[in-house]
Amino acid sequence: MHILYKEVTVESIKDKVAIIGMGCTKFGELWDKDAYDLVIDAAYEAYEDAGIDPKDIQAAWVGTAMGQTGTQLSAPLKTDYIPVTRVENVCATGMESLRAATYALIAKAYDLVLAVGYEKLKDTGYGGLGLATQAGGSEKWHPVIGSGDSAPGRYALAATRYFYQFGLSREEGKRILAKISVKSHYNGARNPRAHLRMEVTEEQVINAPIIAWPLGLFDACGVTDGAAAAILCRAEDAKSYKPKGDYITIKSFGLCTGPGMGKVRTDYDYVHWEETQRAARQAYADAGIKDPKQDIDMCEVHDCFSIAELMCYEDLGFCEKGKARYDIEAGTFTLHGKHPFNVGGGLKSFGHPVGASGIREVFEGYVEILGRAELPERQLKNVEIALAHNQGGNPGRFICSICIVGIPGK
Amino acid sequence: MIGISSYGAYIPIYRLSHSELGRAWGVGVRRGEKAVANYDEDSITMSVEAAIDCLRGIDRNIVDGLYFASTTPPYREKQCASIVAAAVDLRPTVFTLDLVDSLRAGTSAVKVACDAVKSGSMKRVMVTAADCRLAAPNSEFEPVFGDAAAAFLVSDTDVIAVIEDSHSVTSEFIDIWRTEQDKYPRTWEDRFILEHGYFDNIFLVISELLKKHNLTAKDFSKAVYYAPDARSHRRLATRLGLEASQIQNPMFDSVGNAGTAFAPLMLVAALEQAKPGDRILWANYGDGADAFILRVTEGIEKIGNRRGVRHHLASKMPLPNYEKYIRFRDLMEWEPERRPGYISSLPVLWRDRTQVLALHGCRCRNCGKIQFPIQRVCAWCRAKDNYEEVRLSDKKATVFTFSMDERAIEVDLPRVWTISDFDDGGRIYCVMTDRDPSKVEIGMRVEMTFRRIHDGSGVHNYFWKCRPIRVAE
Repeated sequence: MHILYKEVTVESIKDKVAIIGMGCTKFGELWDKDAYDLVIDAAYEAYEDAGIDPKDIQAAWVGTAMGQTGTQLSAPLKTDYIPVTRVENVCATGMESLRAATYALIAKAYDLVLAVGYEKLKDTGYGGLGLATQAGGSEKWHPVIGSGDSAPGRYALAATRYFYQFGLSREEGKRILAKISVKSHYNGARNPRAHLRMEVTEEQVINAPIIAWPLGLFDACGVTDGAAAAILCRAEDAKSYKPKGDYITIKSFGLCTGPGMGKVRTDYDYVHWEETQRAARQAYADAGIKDPKQDIDMCEVHDCFSIAELMCYEDLGFCEKGKARYDIEAGTFTLHGKHPFNVGGGLKSFGHPVGASGIREVFEGYVEILGRAELPERQLKNVEIALAHNQGGNPGRFICSICIVGIPGK
Repeated sequence: MIGISSYGAYIPIYRLSHSELGRAWGVGVRRGEKAVANYDEDSITMSVEAAIDCLRGIDRNIVDGLYFASTTPPYREKQCASIVAAAVDLRPTVFTLDLVDSLRAGTSAVKVACDAVKSGSMKRVMVTAADCRLAAPNSEFEPVFGDAAAAFLVSDTDVIAVIEDSHSVTSEFIDIWRTEQDKYPRTWEDRFILEHGYFDNIFLVISELLKKHNLTAKDFSKAVYYAPDARSHRRLATRLGLEASQIQNPMFDSVGNAGTAFAPLMLVAALEQAKPGDRILWANYGDGADAFILRVTEGIEKIGNRRGVRHHLASKMPLPNYEKYIRFRDLMEWEPERRPGYISSLPVLWRDRTQVLALHGCRCRNCGKIQFPIQRVCAWCRAKDNYEEVRLSDKKATVFTFSMDERAIEVDLPRVWTISDFDDGGRIYCVMTDRDPSKVEIGMRVEMTFRRIHDGSGVHNYFWKCRPIRVAE
């Protein structure tokens, strides 16, 4: 039990729900797959992993930023008139399907449920995500106010300010950010499911074409097709599906949807992610994490841009504000460093099919905790607790979702 | 005594040198340069700039009417004056009128403004004259045409230059024209056009006006008059018998022939130098001719800070090459954009009209915080529907942070996005224009400027951008 809000006592969900099966497609520019193919491939891998009959699923949630309605899942999978809901929180969409599934199980509305996240981005004919439509995306759409801006441009606002605030020259700032991308590509190159499986050098990153100054091509994540899926049940039932105990439990969720006033209020500093800090406080309190550096073994964070990962080192409590550069230079966050971040390659190298990323991040924890890394060189030792951080919106206007998973009882 | 009680001007920051034009077309090096509107400027935005310059230190609510004069109104059907009035934040009851399609529209607008004040129907009428005329590439017009705007406040109080009399002649003479289909102005053999068009008409209007008042050219401290080109300008001076000191510099080598704005712009330059008691001859040509006799009053000494012609001329950036001019003026057919382009929404533009056009934010009546865009629930104290609108377009700001988007759907990359904090409170997320990307930095001082953002859905979508402060306070 802990107190989340002033007058509301909320019961911890730690270890109440288990993930007994997961699936994740190969991420990439999947010219030969459509959205339904992605959902089918991820869901059936999860069914098989959980050892269940697809007919036993009682409810499902499908996270997609672009597709609409639960039929995005029911139609490809031919589910039998069960409740299916499409959830959406832009880039934090994937985590929402897991969160909805978890709370439905805790409420005992269902016993066995499916959560899927997917996105099909590469049928458009151009790189990037294009302009916001009148639906608006994460902003209130307007024909002229903020019209024609882009995700890289919005994130770059934070990079520019961070360099300024903490005394990094443009060259130093670019190099610090480059080290993050180099690390992520190193990890992704060792992950058969990743989209951009090649290592890059600091010089390549620094000299790549600028997308939105100061962010260059290799500061930005891939635009990717893919899907990920999870089968969940209450923890007390997990053993009946997985007698060997090869499952994980959910320790906590944190979800913070900011009022989005960073472009309005003069007190937003553009050098921290307020929503990440608050979501982390919720998630840490619920999971009983006192010191993330001691208690969390790996983090998969929302690195749509290199600056976003840097901010996470600080805002998740792995280093002091403004000091990330020293840990980056020391290799703290590398694959076998003290605090591995984005072991799977991150959005940077694994790719970012918007609605899939949240579940894919949890999938990476699942793989490492259960010792299932495809190549031994990327298998971490003794991972008991993994954090997944999924974030939508942009600096000053975020939705941040955090999910901590781990070995049951840990 | 009716006359001009304030003036303002605007010259875009970009200049295209005549030598660069010579390079582009292989016709050798020429001296001088011309003013070129940025890609996001047009006759409406330049009119707004000139009008705001004209209204520095003046309560905008006292303006009763706004006449917009141009041969290049951005809309074929749809009034421009109403957009200018909204952007300048004049009161909604202002009377607006477009006077278009004639080079003489700027001076004719001043004439009808005087008549309106004389009739008593309005006390103060703002006249804006702006042009952004597109010359055909490699035409004789190309080095001559320049882009600029000027504005006058015509009233019978606080007059700085009394308009003692005016005279007009009308002619059906076809001198320069564009039909519905023409992108560029057309003309006839210049020997005919100049002799029977320009010289006949402007000489006639001036001589009749002088004769009526029993004056000669020598009685004027300055002669301010339109001419299609520098040579014709000199020839008319000779025919009128003007001394060099009497001739107002026509700025052919610094601005260019600014169409309807040309004679008004020269008059602003003349007023910047004028002393009480000066008598000014002001004449314009186009489908006939207008001429005015102005007498400068003591009020000229109290006019205060205007950017006018002088400061705008001094503040400039070179267009690096003709290719950039091609992009600015959209003179080529481009590779089709694969990404979906800009769209608009008239209901949104209408609902948010005070924010979009007049750049109104809100000030919370509970906590006092200024916010943009307007927040019904205060972003600071959550007070609901308890605010007043405040104009932010005239506030200076400081760049808090920025990014430079190299992939935006944009004529002039990179698109510089800024978070800028206003001096008196409030923050805006907007694009920076008229900038040198290599000089953009945190802490930079900026001011707001009204620009055309995009033409999505076939509508000219206007809004405000920031720009480095053009003239130091």
